[in-house]
Amino acid sequence: MKESIRIAGGQGFWGDLPDAPVRQVEEGPIDYLMLDYLAEVTMSIMQKQRSRDPNAGYARDFVGLMRQILPSCIEKDIKVTANAGGVNVEGCAAAVKDVARELGLSGKFQLGIVTGDDIMPRLDDFIARGIELRNMDTNEPLSTVRDRIQSANVYLGAWPMVEALNRGARIVITGRATDTGLTLAPMIHEFGWAVDDWNRLASGTIAGHIIECGAQSSGGNCQYEWRSIPNLANVGFPIVEAAADGTFVVTKHKGTGGWVIIPSIKEQLVYEMGDPREYLTPDCIADFTTVRLAYDGTDRVRVFGIEGRPATEFLKVSISYAAGFKAVGTLVYSWPEAYEKAQVADRILRTRLDRLGLKFDQVLTEFVGANATHGPLAGEPRPDLPEVQLRVAVRSNERAAVERFTKEIAPLVLTGPPGVTGFAGGRPKVEEIVAYWPALIPKNEIVPQVQIIEA
Amino acid sequence: MRIQLLKLAHARSGDKGDTANVGLIALEDEYYPLLVREVTAERVRQHFKGICKGKVDRFELPNLGALNFLLHESLGGGGTLSLMTDAQGKTFSTAMLRMEIDVPDQEAQTLGLMG
Repeated sequence: MKESIRIAGGQGFWGDLPDAPVRQVEEGPIDYLMLDYLAEVTMSIMQKQRSRDPNAGYARDFVGLMRQILPSCIEKDIKVTANAGGVNVEGCAAAVKDVARELGLSGKFQLGIVTGDDIMPRLDDFIARGIELRNMDTNEPLSTVRDRIQSANVYLGAWPMVEALNRGARIVITGRATDTGLTLAPMIHEFGWAVDDWNRLASGTIAGHIIECGAQSSGGNCQYEWRSIPNLANVGFPIVEAAADGTFVVTKHKGTGGWVIIPSIKEQLVYEMGDPREYLTPDCIADFTTVRLAYDGTDRVRVFGIEGRPATEFLKVSISYAAGFKAVGTLVYSWPEAYEKAQVADRILRTRLDRLGLKFDQVLTEFVGANATHGPLAGEPRPDLPEVQLRVAVRSNERAAVERFTKEIAPLVLTGPPGVTGFAGGRPKVEEIVAYWPALIPKNEIVPQVQIIEA
Repeated sequence: MRIQLLKLAHARSGDKGDTANVGLIALEDEYYPLLVREVTAERVRQHFKGICKGKVDRFELPNLGALNFLLHESLGGGGTLSLMTDAQGKTFSTAMLRMEIDVPDQEAQTLGLMG
């Protein structure tokens, strides 16, 4: 058994710096690379892609990345955990297999794939059996949006990935899996932690929470002394150096920018936090009030003392459903009286929308440069603001209403207050809203499947 | 004297559906008791009046010198439903740091916050 393993966070979301995972592999020693591709509504986008093309429906970026790093991963004995499979895990694995063949690496490694998260075909059966999948925020039963559902996936935890690693997989591809599980699985695999070793499972989970948002723990979006953060242009992504006893050090590759300091770790620890004693995952409950932090050298923070409790009997379900349409229109007003002009333009626009008799669920006006972020807390804007962006957004179940709205923005340039520009992008785009429906399902309803494929 | 939280804490915020979370972290360990005493859930609800339309929950993390706040019904429906520029509540952190609290002069002096 290794004394410690180095697990690198490759990206914070689908669309993060494309070179970050490559640099994690190339610029210093790591044992594992973890990649989180799935935001809450990503699955519905992938579902749509698959309905147009049965071979699509996964994170294509991952396949491109594999083309870049697969030779190094094999040469340096690096393993990868990624929830890149989306709604077509098999398709994703097949694409990686193709890449391996092109690179002459066929037969050199095994792929592990984890499925069983997709419950879309079983929804009616669940509802019929009284499993209502009520919305965790609104408490409404799923039946209220049944005909509009686009995807439904359970968040699987670390254990199916552990099985894949135990059976020899070098690249583990999952569909919907928790981002913390992607980091925890390598630790369980390497150190042989037990299924009820709650403190260590909680440690690995919190390690995952720290690196799952990429550079947000190593200097990115860091409020603490932000001017002093070195060389963010070359920011190093976080690496967890985990020990068998569950303690770990957060660090980054030498020579990279950013910083790993106690305040940067604290900021990431509280990010998207609910009740800190009740961080629920499929693998355990982690208690963030037990986390201890100490320095262990430059750009090294030691994390220890973490306690956990048994996981609940439920798994979280992520369901996406069609929820109407929206569009955002913007125009920029310049000095003098920029804010006042933007306000007048907004009133004119709203009068015209009313006269057209358009039905919106919501119309929201913001004045960027005055109050778009802090609202009333920003106070009354100075009268001499150099410029203000008028931003009007609408939402409706009727596509036609939103479509009509998009035609009312640019005309304000010739039919409203003076000193206005910023219309060159043309009409705003109508966007289909895919909303997120969080729910819980009894664990015993779900059986994850693990397959090992020779590359 | 009145002191703005910007001088006492740093913060990070994010979203969970229509709820914004704000983690408020003491810049120095000695400031933490002051935050616990003054930055109550009720005080935060008042501060975010017109922005937060639901209740405010507060959780203490003395191990990190931090408080975590949940501001319910604050993100215009949340997620993709929200029309807000800041649908993910990312800037609630700095909005929180605008808050001013009353600190007795004696205490401010002890904490090195005078002048």
